[in-house]
Amino acid sequence: MGLMDRHALIEKNATLLLVGSLLVVTVGGIVEIAPLFYLDNTIEKVEGMRPYSPLELAGRNIYVREGCYLCHSQMIRPFRDEVERYGHYSLAAESMYDHPFQWGSKRTGPDLARVGDRYSNSWHVQHLTDPRSVVPESIMPSYAFLKDRPIDVKDFSMHLVANRRVGVPYTHDLVVQANADLMAQANPDADTSGLGSRYPKARVGDFDGNPQQVTEMDALVAYLQMLGTLVDFKNYDEAVGYR
Amino acid sequence: MKFGTEIVLLSLFAFAALVAAGFGVDEAFRQHMWVLFFALVGFNAILMRNTDFKLAAPIDPAAYMDGPIRYGAIATVFWGVVGMLVGVVIALQLAYPHLNIEPWFNFGRLRPLHTSGVIFAFGGNALLCTSLYVVQRTSRARLFGGNLAWFVFWGYQLFIVMAATGYLLGITEGREYAEPEWYVDLWLTIVWVAYLVLFLGTILKRKEPHIYVANWFYLSFIVTIAMLHVVNNLSMPVSLLGSKSYSAFSGVQDALTQWWYGHNAVGFFLTAGFLGMMYYFVPKQANRPVYSYRLSIIHFWALIFLYIWAGPHHLHYTALPDWAQTLGMVFSIMLWMPSWGGMINGLMTLSGAWDKLRTDPIIRMMVAAVAFYGMSTFEGPMMSIKTVNSLSHYTDWTIGHVHSGALGWVGMISFGAIYYMVPKLWNRERLYSLRLVAWHFWLASLGIVVYAAVMWVSGIMQGLMWREYDEQGFLVYTFAETVAAMHPYYVMRAAGGAMYLSGALIMAWNIAMTIFGYQREEDPMPGSIDALQPAE
Amino acid sequence: MDYNLMREFADSCGLLGMVLFFAGCVAFALRPGGHSQAHEAAHIPFKDD
Repeated sequence: MGLMDRHALIEKNATLLLVGSLLVVTVGGIVEIAPLFYLDNTIEKVEGMRPYSPLELAGRNIYVREGCYLCHSQMIRPFRDEVERYGHYSLAAESMYDHPFQWGSKRTGPDLARVGDRYSNSWHVQHLTDPRSVVPESIMPSYAFLKDRPIDVKDFSMHLVANRRVGVPYTHDLVVQANADLMAQANPDADTSGLGSRYPKARVGDFDGNPQQVTEMDALVAYLQMLGTLVDFKNYDEAVGYR
Repeated sequence: MKFGTEIVLLSLFAFAALVAAGFGVDEAFRQHMWVLFFALVGFNAILMRNTDFKLAAPIDPAAYMDGPIRYGAIATVFWGVVGMLVGVVIALQLAYPHLNIEPWFNFGRLRPLHTSGVIFAFGGNALLCTSLYVVQRTSRARLFGGNLAWFVFWGYQLFIVMAATGYLLGITEGREYAEPEWYVDLWLTIVWVAYLVLFLGTILKRKEPHIYVANWFYLSFIVTIAMLHVVNNLSMPVSLLGSKSYSAFSGVQDALTQWWYGHNAVGFFLTAGFLGMMYYFVPKQANRPVYSYRLSIIHFWALIFLYIWAGPHHLHYTALPDWAQTLGMVFSIMLWMPSWGGMINGLMTLSGAWDKLRTDPIIRMMVAAVAFYGMSTFEGPMMSIKTVNSLSHYTDWTIGHVHSGALGWVGMISFGAIYYMVPKLWNRERLYSLRLVAWHFWLASLGIVVYAAVMWVSGIMQGLMWREYDEQGFLVYTFAETVAAMHPYYVMRAAGGAMYLSGALIMAWNIAMTIFGYQREEDPMPGSIDALQPAE
Repeated sequence: MDYNLMREFADSCGLLGMVLFFAGCVAFALRPGGHSQAHEAAHIPFKDD
């Protein structure tokens, strides 16, 4: 009898049905996701990782904007063929400053997690301008328009501040210097000693071959050229960094 | 005055959009606000032309509110054709890259347009209009909240327009199936809460003591999507007058949150919601009650229990901790059981009436949908096994799997529901043509088979080529060679998609003619005269 | 709330509790006497159109 009453309760009471299903679906999410914020090896800091420099961040935003992640992954799995093709398998820490992550789910094109320093700047510019002129089999769209677009920012420090609010350790100094750093990294003649200390290993140069202005091509190539270059795997201890 | 408040509010919002278009901090945001401005002004102009100073006729509180459902049915067909057309276009772009037109029509910007177009615009409108249709008729109550249903309908269309134009302008959060930026997300949240209030309010004022099981599925879909949408889209805007935001989570946490969302968008948007559709429209069209009502209840709890855990199977062998991957795999495999329980329940509803498969193309469409549901819910758990996934992940196999579910299950059950609803909504005796429905059925089925088969071959081939070694221990293929090998399959895939699209175009014609009140002179379907008139 | 607590919940009593809850749902649905109610509910779509 009591059983019957309770049955009527759940089958006839909309609010209870609502709460019941919400409860059920919440638990799964909490149990799976919440531990990741406490788990050591997902938030472990690996030597060499640093926040993106302003120019790299601007380039990353273009990478996101153009939907590159829909065809290129940034997550090397620990298989022999992937490690030989792309390099050391990806560590959790390598995307710790990625808001959002860009691991991708499809490889219509190759993985880009360690594409940095593999090709010259001019190769990248040529490839982005006319992909089939350097890779005849490529089915990538052309991104020639990036060369004609100056970086559209009134004040790039706002982007660093937004990142800081979600946990990226951009100090006050980095925020103040953001605009100057962005311009300096794309100018081989600028004094970049400050930039180098603020963003170790940051690559300086006129990426797009056009010294007149800092374009979106400069930013995107700067980003591609730093991908996977921050962690030095000669000094990386596998035993410590199990993921 | 009719629409008085609406016109004033819309004018205010249009003005706000104009201000934002002038003061936006980035170019894309300013362009997007111009789009919003023109959308609001255009809509307002329509309202003003239809305004009226006479008192509105009193509404019969016992009558069903079918206006928004009629619009929803039309929107479903319209967005379906648009979304599938974009799908064929991007399929052709992969085969013939010269079809990319930078910057607006590059693959990277069109692909979210396709996925959002078919999932949220086509699927979302199908769910919206069928859920409102079903909840009224199983509760025997008029929709709750007066004009709330109109707000939900138009609000949702505005969300679609803003999301779609945003993609073309390059406004994206860069996370699959959750691409709209922060302000579009906020708008969807408002609309979605209104939808929940509308649906729940109608259930609460029902005259029927039981809540029919279809409403359980619809309700869990609405609630869960609200939760997923809010959590997954937490992000920090760069400026309140700018389009860019940075997601609240990073790296691993962001990945798992995103795929927890992504997989449950499949589980609750594309599965639970459409199961609600199945549990109403299959019994109605077959004119017999669901095979086992009690099985449907077990199906419901098991499904929502298990689905929510399955997300990590999208992240096998990544930097996500192993235990989370294993958990995702185990739950994905367990999901096979409730999925097939639901499939059996849907199919067996026809027991004793299998002859209708031959005579009624609408039932045939629904049954094919349930069969494809069974197929893709078998393939899914299989692909979530880590060893299988190591081959299938990153390849076209995944794309094929998604499409056998989306085209086969989601598409076909929606077509069936639309074919059932439209004559009833417009008080037509029957559809314009049942023979066109049969044509649609065969074109769609053939299209799916071509699509899925081609993607299996190309996906498995691609996965094997990537890991192929020669005797000396060197990789055999460069990546570029594997891309070249895909070309013939990409052409065939586009052909499969085009077949499916042509079926949808036939449906659009059929539905339009039905709405205009025409009936095609045609021989009845072979087998039975009754088939001309679907059972009441 | 820390990781160990969550982990413990994930692989022990929490899961068990949820399994029991689910078993309860199944038992409800299949309980003797539920048949007539289910039969009644299954016919709801045909009461009105």
